[in-house]
Amino acid sequence: MSTTTSAAMKRTLPLAMLLALSLAPSARAANEADYRAAYAAAEAASREAAGMRNQWTTTASTLAAAKKAGDGGDFDGAVAAAKEAEALAKASVFQATSEKEAWKAMQIR
Amino acid sequence: MRARTSLLLGSLSAALVAFALTAPSLVAADKVDPVADAKAFQNFFFQKFPNVKHEDFVNGPYSMNEDMKRQWQEKEEFPPYEFALDAGKEMFSTPFKNGKTYADCFPNGGIGIRQNYPYFDTGEGKVVTLELALNRCREANGEQPYSYVKDEMASLTAYMAFTSRGKPMDIKIPDDPRALEAFENGKRYFYTRRGQLNFSCASCHVQSPGERIRAEVLAPALGILNAMPIYRSEWSGMGTISRRFITCNSQTRAIPLEPQADEYRDVEYFLSYVANGLPISGPGARP
Repeated sequence: MSTTTSAAMKRTLPLAMLLALSLAPSARAANEADYRAAYAAAEAASREAAGMRNQWTTTASTLAAAKKAGDGGDFDGAVAAAKEAEALAKASVFQATSEKEAWKAMQIR
Repeated sequence: MRARTSLLLGSLSAALVAFALTAPSLVAADKVDPVADAKAFQNFFFQKFPNVKHEDFVNGPYSMNEDMKRQWQEKEEFPPYEFALDAGKEMFSTPFKNGKTYADCFPNGGIGIRQNYPYFDTGEGKVVTLELALNRCREANGEQPYSYVKDEMASLTAYMAFTSRGKPMDIKIPDDPRALEAFENGKRYFYTRRGQLNFSCASCHVQSPGERIRAEVLAPALGILNAMPIYRSEWSGMGTISRRFITCNSQTRAIPLEPQADEYRDVEYFLSYVANGLPISGPGARP
């Protein structure tokens, strides 16, 4: 092994360990509390979109999938779906906000 | 120093003049002007499709595609909406339990008036569509309202549209700021992107009429409501304007609003007004 390779490895190893440690918590199985927190956040974002009259069908179906997984005890699946639903709801809120002005560029003049 | 001050003052006055000159045009751009909007809207389609006869736009995709048009013309000999039309005629003339009929609720006994709907009701301060007026008529006479999307409502509006066939759409916007606001709200709804697919009504019906979306040819927005209600093969049945809006929303993965929501009433007002002068062709048939 050359000196250069060895030095590179020495530099990379702490980084790799740091990365492994940072990923470790997410590797833990989700519990019911995690699911409830993720679901509540998704529901809140979805309510905000509803208040703007701009809900997406995919948000509703993903929220329903999260609830089904949670009710069935699959908390990993439930948390993943709830997070996806939250992201979808936030995207719809962003869309409604930006369209408040953006629609004007579409109109025929 | 004096030179710098005069340069600064010069620039400032130039900027003020420039602002003063552009300000009126900014205000003008935001002013609600339905007449100008309708003119621009119609011109856009007339220029985009110079070979389409103006009155032909109300035939939707058939105005965009010769092959489809020929097939449709043959189908019109035994049109798929005929059953609904017959049912609508019978329902229209059948008295309610109190002995009154729909004719008692509408001007001219409800015959040949489709081209005046929707209208802005200055008393209510809102747009009233034909579907809404029909259900209000039913309720005022002690009957249960019909579903807004199909079946009886589609049959009734099919018959009423048929009695107006060929009459030019004639929507009025009264001199009332609330009517102008409703028109503007409808326009905003029409151009606003929604749903996960990030589509507005205009994405399909202004930017892409005549193009295919999967197997279908997109209809132009101009005159799109003149053919309503429609028998749609995709639905295997009749559908109202409410059904059309709801389906469009779902197709873009947006959760539809409730039928006859203010937004739908306003967008119907906008789309009908900009089609003023084009003939009523409903009931229609679409793939």
